[in-house]
Amino acid sequence: MLITAMVAGLGVATGLAVLAIGENMLWFFTPSQLLADQPPPGNRIRLGGLVVEGSVRRRPGDLEVRFDLSDRAAAVTVAFRGLLPDLFREGQGIVALGRLDADGVLQAEEVLAKHDETYMPPEIAESIGEAKVAERAAAAERKP
Amino acid sequence: MGPRGASVSEFLHMGGYGFYVWTSYGAALVVLGLNVAAPIVRRRRLVRERPGTSAPARATEPPPSLK
Amino acid sequence: MTLRRYASPRHFHDLAGRLIPWLGWPCAVLMAAGLWTGLVIAPPDYQQGDAYRIIFVHVPSAWLSLFVYAAMAGSAAAGLIWRTKVAEAATVACAPVGASFTFLALLTGSLWGKPMWGTWWVWDARLTSELVLLFLYLGIIALNGAISDPRKASRACAILAIVGLVDLPIIHFSVEWWNTLHQGATVFRLDGPSIHPSMLVPLLLMVAAFTLFFLAVLLMRVRCEVLHRERHSRWVREVRA
Repeated sequence: MLITAMVAGLGVATGLAVLAIGENMLWFFTPSQLLADQPPPGNRIRLGGLVVEGSVRRRPGDLEVRFDLSDRAAAVTVAFRGLLPDLFREGQGIVALGRLDADGVLQAEEVLAKHDETYMPPEIAESIGEAKVAERAAAAERKP
Repeated sequence: MGPRGASVSEFLHMGGYGFYVWTSYGAALVVLGLNVAAPIVRRRRLVRERPGTSAPARATEPPPSLK
Repeated sequence: MTLRRYASPRHFHDLAGRLIPWLGWPCAVLMAAGLWTGLVIAPPDYQQGDAYRIIFVHVPSAWLSLFVYAAMAGSAAAGLIWRTKVAEAATVACAPVGASFTFLALLTGSLWGKPMWGTWWVWDARLTSELVLLFLYLGIIALNGAISDPRKASRACAILAIVGLVDLPIIHFSVEWWNTLHQGATVFRLDGPSIHPSMLVPLLLMVAAFTLFFLAVLLMRVRCEVLHRERHSRWVREVRA
């Protein structure tokens, strides 16, 4: 009785853990991993990366939205029709689930937002943003 | 209401996320409440029961941790 | 030996009874302060608006889900090594508390995930390993229920609790070891918390309040457990009178 119950409990726990490790632990690919791996087209894959600034485009009269996901080393274009999460914006971390088409575009059926571990008031974020813009401007001036 | 200068209804609205925020806090309240109530109820039962009659009856009862 | 004296069920019962209010009242004060600063004083987040306020119940319950498990495994080891009755009682007393806070962490995480991520649930490493923790707690509760002799039940639970310890580092480091939808650590990180002080203060208040809460209800439960286990001894009859 005791042994049966213990084995059952342990079995369920380890079984779930193994299942999770085997199948789902690497929950998404980054664009670099995806381009290096070249999974066969038609496979369902998850792709995670940052939405490239200025890459979000909507075709007029169509629900489809396209954007590029990047990990700063590579970028993959994602096409999606549907409701985007509240946190979707340029520069945001996004995980898209879908299939690669012949043109190497990920035809997504689900788009999730991945937020980071930073929390701050809007005013602080604004002043950090301004500092970053100023930094970038200074760097651009130094270049030529 | 606080330094955010929000009215009560604005406070309850939580910038449109009221359902998610208040359901979370409500669930937390329920979990905290049950965790306090369970040992109080059990103690009352344990103190009241008569040792002579309780022991054989207990063996057939479900274990305390499942109550 | 004084330590053994306090480890005896009877002295533990008396001492714990006197200790509970000293944990309960500070817990209530800290929680009131945490709720006030978290819901009223703290500003909204620059990205998540007011939805991030779920953090003030989500992180403390997730913290407790791990902390209670560590406490349970600790008392399990003590019970196995020294056969201390109070430690054996504490092992089984931890499980329902831990299970309830693991459930709360999963539920509030889900309620946070829906508006922010766009989904109630994903099978990423963090969420999956936390769900395994819930099953470990439930397994220990079921195992304790399946064995009628309380001391044998405690020892069986202790072994399962110690084996299940491997899940704790997996949960904590899952967000670093694998690609997950869940974000990385905010508070427990090497370069310091990545949260603004106006939001960190209520978070720490709530974490402290939840920890005191656990200690208080644990003492309450262990008192019940020893009353039940020692029900035929003279001191329990005196307590009843």
